[in-house]
Amino acid sequence: MPTTQYLIIGNGAAGATAAETIRRHDPRGEITILTAEPYPMYSRPGLAYVLINEIPAKQVFCRTLAWYEELRLNLTLGKAAQLDVVNRLVWLEDGRSLPYDRLLIATGARATPPPYPGQDLQGVVYLDTFDGTNDLIERSKRAKRAVVVGGGITALELSEGLAHRGVETHYFLRRDRLWSQVFNDEEARLLEKTMRAHHIHIHYNTEVSEIIGDRRGRVREVRLKDGSTFKCDLLGVAIGVKPLIDVVRDTPIQTDRAILVNEYLESSVPGIYAAGDCAQVYDRWTQQHMVDILWPSAVAEGNAAGLNMVGQRHAYVKGSPFNACLLFGLHIATMGQINPRRGGDDAVEILQHISRGSSEVWYTQPRTYGSAWAGDGENTMRLVISGDFLVGAIIIGEQRLADPLRYLIEQQVDIRHLREDLAAGGETLKRSLLRFWQQLQTTPAAG
Amino acid sequence: MSVIQRLKQKLTGSPENTPLQTLELGRVVADASRCVQCGVCGYNCPVGIPVRDYARQGLPVDDPACIACGNCVAVCPRGTLRWETSSHTIVVERFARQMGSQPPESPGLGQS
Repeated sequence: MPTTQYLIIGNGAAGATAAETIRRHDPRGEITILTAEPYPMYSRPGLAYVLINEIPAKQVFCRTLAWYEELRLNLTLGKAAQLDVVNRLVWLEDGRSLPYDRLLIATGARATPPPYPGQDLQGVVYLDTFDGTNDLIERSKRAKRAVVVGGGITALELSEGLAHRGVETHYFLRRDRLWSQVFNDEEARLLEKTMRAHHIHIHYNTEVSEIIGDRRGRVREVRLKDGSTFKCDLLGVAIGVKPLIDVVRDTPIQTDRAILVNEYLESSVPGIYAAGDCAQVYDRWTQQHMVDILWPSAVAEGNAAGLNMVGQRHAYVKGSPFNACLLFGLHIATMGQINPRRGGDDAVEILQHISRGSSEVWYTQPRTYGSAWAGDGENTMRLVISGDFLVGAIIIGEQRLADPLRYLIEQQVDIRHLREDLAAGGETLKRSLLRFWQQLQTTPAAG
Repeated sequence: MSVIQRLKQKLTGSPENTPLQTLELGRVVADASRCVQCGVCGYNCPVGIPVRDYARQGLPVDDPACIACGNCVAVCPRGTLRWETSSHTIVVERFARQMGSQPPESPGLGQS
């Protein structure tokens, strides 16, 4: 049997996981990983902890070059430019071409630049790549004042990190509350209060219209929508990310907001797969293909793609998107469909706002929306209920119920008998959920 | 004096509760589906165990060098790591070996 040539574009969570899975099942195949960044695999979420000085930069490398050698993975530096699906070749920007029998596109996503003039000025910074983060850290050493724009977790990590490094940090909100597609009013206020305690200045209804540079091409100030200007040396931009799918343009591969794949992670062209941030995968809750920009989703998809690439028909079932993070000392767990706004489901808006560490699913609402709430000013828990099922939850602070809720959502456990307790909210809700969870663990769930 | 108290005495000069009380608890286990491979755990490990390699595979951190100090559990920003409390004997024995003494021969310790 001839050896199979596997080509993986992308060296992140999805790509590296797929390579490892392929090697486990095909000891003879030739595996090439094409990477656009001159590093072994690193933890993109870990960059936030570098920024906040929790770990040194080199700690984010989560695979050694020896790991690639041991698994006989050819790590190749280069940027994919164009795909030739007829001749099964990937053309690189430098003119080389790489052949494949099976191809995985795991290119990930990149931060969106600001949609106003001045985006090329020095001091417009992103928490998105290893190099970008190091640039940001170097500049923060000399910076006096930073403005951060954007709604998601990355924007919050940026402001926390900059403030921690002693930069006077101003967080601009376009409207009157933080991340309004995910947080409700009380959740937003709790986080905003905590941010202020971390010396972050929050400006409501404030929007940048232009970045203005000095003679040396560095950020000097930003102009606001109301015409006034605001001095700053850094503009931290975290307004969202875009899946990197340029490589499939002018091919028959179907795309929407990212590359559309079936349950085998295969694109509309046989032999070509996609996984991670650049893949749009069927979601059983929304009954649509959705994009997750989440590390664990990328790992799961990379693994499933790898299995299918070696010829196992492995149907992937997308889980309920989950993220746990630590921001300003607050533990936050987010899962499933949690958009608190009524009737706020707009696919176009989704892509503009998706940020790292989130899922498009979060921004959607179930067909029927009910919610339950427990909050004591320091900790909050909101459940989203549709019919007899939990479909989403967001927990800030005390995390004891995070795993139980994750299980109830993921396994679509019927919770109709808890409805009264959930509606009561507060401690009743928490006690009732905990009791139910303990029962489930001692007696096997009956579906 | 119990084995644990003797260990504490040997290590800190006091048999009373010290940060070492965690050695009574067990071993570190990981939920791979929460892990983002950031490496904060291993960076804070006083004996240099690559904790994230265990976490990635969802394996318990059963490195013989583990002193069960609990640092990795405490610093993980994602809630990936937690204590599993069933096997404290192993930890105590490991700890004793680590410190160059004989594994404790105390009866009863393995029975809780």
